[in-house]
Amino acid sequence: MNGGGPTDRSPVPDADVCVVGAGPAGALVADQLAADHEVVVLDAGPRFDPADRLERQERAIRPAYDRPDVWDVGGERDAHENAGEWFYPLNHARVKGVGGSTLHWQGMVMRLHEDDFDSGSARGVGPDWPIDYGDLRPYYAEAERELGVAGASDNPYAPPREEPHPMGAFEPSYSDSLFAEACEALGIDMHSVPNARNSEPYDGRSACVGYGTCQPVCPSGAKYDATVHVERAEEQGATVIDRAPVQRLEHGPERVRAAVYATPDGTEHRQAADAFVVAAGGVETPRLLLLSESEHYPDGLANSSGHVGEFFMDHLFAGAGGTLEEPTRQNHVGFYTSACDQFYDEADESQAPFKLEFFNYAGPSPVGMALSGDDWGDPLLERLREGYGNHVAVGGLVEQLPDADSRVTLAEDRTDGHGNPVPRIEWTVGERALDTIERANEIQIGILEALGADVEWVAGPDATGPAYHHMGTTRMSADPEAGVVDADCRTHDLENCWIASSSVFPTAGAMNPTLTIAALALRAAEDVRDAL
Amino acid sequence: MELTRRDAAAALAALGAGGAVAFGADRVRRDAPDGPDRDPGPEPSDDRIRATLVAAAAVVYPSDVSGIEGFLEGFLAGRLDGSEHAAGLRNAVGDLDDRADSWYGGRFASLPAAERDRLLREIGADTAEEDPDGTTAERIRYYVVNELLLALYASPTGGELVGIENPQGHPGGTESYQRGPR
Repeated sequence: MNGGGPTDRSPVPDADVCVVGAGPAGALVADQLAADHEVVVLDAGPRFDPADRLERQERAIRPAYDRPDVWDVGGERDAHENAGEWFYPLNHARVKGVGGSTLHWQGMVMRLHEDDFDSGSARGVGPDWPIDYGDLRPYYAEAERELGVAGASDNPYAPPREEPHPMGAFEPSYSDSLFAEACEALGIDMHSVPNARNSEPYDGRSACVGYGTCQPVCPSGAKYDATVHVERAEEQGATVIDRAPVQRLEHGPERVRAAVYATPDGTEHRQAADAFVVAAGGVETPRLLLLSESEHYPDGLANSSGHVGEFFMDHLFAGAGGTLEEPTRQNHVGFYTSACDQFYDEADESQAPFKLEFFNYAGPSPVGMALSGDDWGDPLLERLREGYGNHVAVGGLVEQLPDADSRVTLAEDRTDGHGNPVPRIEWTVGERALDTIERANEIQIGILEALGADVEWVAGPDATGPAYHHMGTTRMSADPEAGVVDADCRTHDLENCWIASSSVFPTAGAMNPTLTIAALALRAAEDVRDAL
Repeated sequence: MELTRRDAAAALAALGAGGAVAFGADRVRRDAPDGPDRDPGPEPSDDRIRATLVAAAAVVYPSDVSGIEGFLEGFLAGRLDGSEHAAGLRNAVGDLDDRADSWYGGRFASLPAAERDRLLREIGADTAEEDPDGTTAERIRYYVVNELLLALYASPTGGELVGIENPQGHPGGTESYQRGPR
């Protein structure tokens, strides 16, 4: 489509399925359905040229560029408002375009734990999901094959699995071996961690070559991103239209009729289809539904429950770090290889689930230090030698509970380049999460002290931030009054509209969400297929 | 420690030939916001750019690094393409030579090392934050000083100077992170 001629962004006649969003959820749905159905995928952002990835990596390293610059996020297209108790850096947290936020993600792919699906029953807080781990288990396995996951079965705290990961886990790092001694002394178990990153050639993509810039860009393609499934869908006949932000979904009382989208030449088009799958992430998905208000749905499409946009959640970061008096060999790679899920299922009403991560990229990268000082020559080299080489850090993610006051709405008086109200984010975090961050910090500091580290920083309740996992804004529920979609991710209100996104998560757990997004997308695709 | 053509190839493999993508048209502007209002003259030739960067590297690289000329020849062969980054690099070198000529009476590469160091500091390239669209100091920091530092410290030899044989940006495989210190 990006060849020499003008790009054709006209609607596809007789489409069976229209997917909104070419991130991992939309790409997987399109790939599942494209062989037997006419599928169209619309994405607000561009189709990035794979040949540009090294240059994007340079942006990631050079201090002249902020994180959103790496994938051209920002501007009118991505304008938004923050109005909540907590600031949410939305444009650091997403990428728009073919591949979506998997272009900049780190690629960690854990399954949620069994109790995560039964938070209300098992932990006494939050809702239960209308599905349980057993319902999603085969789809988790399929998602691991689709994405290409390197992992091992050495984690005694992980939920049951039926087969090994598609690839062997990455070997532990040198610094993992240092942590192992300290953790053993404390009775803390370390184990491998599943990566959506090739530990060997897989699915036509190379093994990881160690660029060390996984987040925000993998030049080698060893880290999975959703362009894999977008391209596969296209090979089966799907049509992908980039730079085509959907303005609204036209609908009657029971069915969505068309997605109205804009194109760069300033025109609007109307893509009709038999089925619609909204897969635009945890912020733009509720925004699109709210923008599609009508006489049938005056509070927003699929919003009879009133819950569209509510329960916006992210994972909270907890961490601590410092230095040792010996080399720790950091920043050779950009991913971590060991974790600890030992404390995850201690969760109850007052303590959230949380996990620990042993970093391989603690402290500064020498090349980054070199570009941002006011020295050069021998003094610079001396500073690099002093500043690099002996850092250690333990990170972690903590669940936050759903709260209706933490939400995405439409801004009252700010619009984007198409005249549509921009998303307004009100993010709040409750005491349970903040208390659990303190609990995680205690363990992290204990590990560092057992290691003999000089603890130099702690990301506690006052210094935490989001992990860029948007969840909860179109929650799943068996009860149409309590949620936006049913157990198959189909909207309660409209018989031909599904949502494939972490926006359907009723609770967040504390595991990185993308494998669950993928599993739910594969499951939703089956329901779409059955309905066509 | 000697830089080799392998290091130059490695730096190019890490950074790409064309430099950061999608520069705006204003990034190739010759006159900086704080620059003199005068005819910028003809664009510097590739030979002059190489000579200027080799002369700058002698200042900004550590003293025990050798093989700079061959390293930069290989590196710049990839960077001096038709890209907008290359145009920005040419303009920054032109501006650096303009200042050298005005303040020290000769092109940058012709000055003694101590004067080259002093000139870069007088321009403000030591304390400026790199910016391809910025002032003369910020652009010289971006296209000359940091271009050189990036090439060095994203290469295996530059990394080893600091104790990391697979620096960020270099595709050095997945073995070194597992190894202990030597």
